[in-house]
Amino acid sequence: MSLKGAGYIVGAFEHPTRKAPDKSVALLHAECAKGALEDAGLTKDDIDGYFCAGDAPGSLGPLSMVDYMNLKCRHVDSTDVGGSSYQVAVGHALEAIAAGRCNIALITLSGRPRSEGQATGTAPRAGNPAWPELQFEYPYGPATANMYAMCATRHMYEYGTTSEQLAWIKVAASHHAQHNPNAMLRNVVTVEDVVNSPMVASPLHRLDCCVISDGGGALIVAKPDIAKSLKRPLVKVIGVGESPKHQMAGEVDLVYSAARWSGPPAWEMAGIKPSDIKYASIYDSFTITVLMQLEDLGFCEKGQGGKFVADGNLISGVGKLPFNTDGGGLCNNHPANRGGITKIIEAVRQLRGEAHPAVQVKNCDLAIAHGTGGSLGTRHCGSTVILERE
Amino acid sequence: MAYEQRKIPFIGATDTNPENKPFWDGCAAGKLVLPRCKDTGKFIWYPRGISPWTFGPVEWVECSGKGKIYTFSLMRGTPPYCIAYVELAEGPRMMTNIVDCDLAVVKIGQDVTLKFVPSENGPPMPMFTPA
Repeated sequence: MSLKGAGYIVGAFEHPTRKAPDKSVALLHAECAKGALEDAGLTKDDIDGYFCAGDAPGSLGPLSMVDYMNLKCRHVDSTDVGGSSYQVAVGHALEAIAAGRCNIALITLSGRPRSEGQATGTAPRAGNPAWPELQFEYPYGPATANMYAMCATRHMYEYGTTSEQLAWIKVAASHHAQHNPNAMLRNVVTVEDVVNSPMVASPLHRLDCCVISDGGGALIVAKPDIAKSLKRPLVKVIGVGESPKHQMAGEVDLVYSAARWSGPPAWEMAGIKPSDIKYASIYDSFTITVLMQLEDLGFCEKGQGGKFVADGNLISGVGKLPFNTDGGGLCNNHPANRGGITKIIEAVRQLRGEAHPAVQVKNCDLAIAHGTGGSLGTRHCGSTVILERE
Repeated sequence: MAYEQRKIPFIGATDTNPENKPFWDGCAAGKLVLPRCKDTGKFIWYPRGISPWTFGPVEWVECSGKGKIYTFSLMRGTPPYCIAYVELAEGPRMMTNIVDCDLAVVKIGQDVTLKFVPSENGPPMPMFTPA
């Protein structure tokens, strides 16, 4: 049974805050849920399915948040694969809707690493020694930045990718962020600005890294007849795919991401190819993340990502593949250190024609929103959602 | 650039995952002892007590301590440190640190050799230095 068209994204909301010292994470989740319901023209009593991930406060998956928001659900799912969890949740919501387990699914994400002062990118995160890998990795100082950096080092070695090519990704994001009043970084930057910014973890500079922000987002996924009864433009989910990738017992290969595996089932379900896509939301924890995912999703040949992203090819109105027109994680927002949901939200805006006029893609009828969660240098999940304006 | 050794943190006791005892005993003796799949003969990183290829048994075998740098990143900080994956002569690519050298000239493909570095609250950890 194909899940193509089994659900529509009828509500999408991005919290405007980027720093929320006066609000709890639970409150941010609820405010995002409220915003998405208002966007859809629904009320909280309409929700019968709830989807969250590891950012949701509480020790037992979704339970604390359904209690806090006082939701009556027939179906819950708290699959946690980091920043890619929300694309996964869209796919799982389609499955649940197709199976008759819910009709209207709420997905929420929120967090406030900025207010909590987490050095999230550069400090190795401790963990539980019962995690099977922990004692063989933590002593070596794996942090988010140097894990992605090791992928960049190898990509440069195998394919000749340059820091200047990676910088173009940040440049494109900054061109878009200047139009987003909520974006954390609204100044347009140049390739020189990026490569001359301080090195964090070679070969990644400070401006190759995403922002650390508070905030959140929410989505409402509904079955087709409900979507068609609402007053919002119709955004149909036509392709989903998810796949983890890891160290393969020591056969580590860091030049490709899990998008190589999550993309094909999504393309096949949608019945379209990368050249059909008008707008792409691509997870941008770091510039190298974008470059590898574009290759692995088939937007260019493997190893050609550097040439593909250069010279403004990702800038809306300038290049062939407008990407992350909200400014993305590199400039706008990376709430809870998990950027998956904001990727879907901006794709919905583009398909509805509700992006900022300066970055709105003309006749935007097909969009992709791809997430990567976890660490590209060890284990991560790729998750792909393809959307169509109906 | 003079090399300054970062303090190496270690979390938990080495018997948390008791099947890995041969690895930790090896570290204490200055030897890199890894599991090898008895069905396929392939070495495994990171250590575990079951073959990740066949779910069959493993045997613990001392490695040569020779390898080449597969990739690395120099993390800025005080002091800076170099995290890497080293491809062992026996096959697997293991996460490690490159130590005791001028970190500015570390390169992919460089030959490296095993060197144990003491950790805080734990055993010495296998790291590598240019051969």
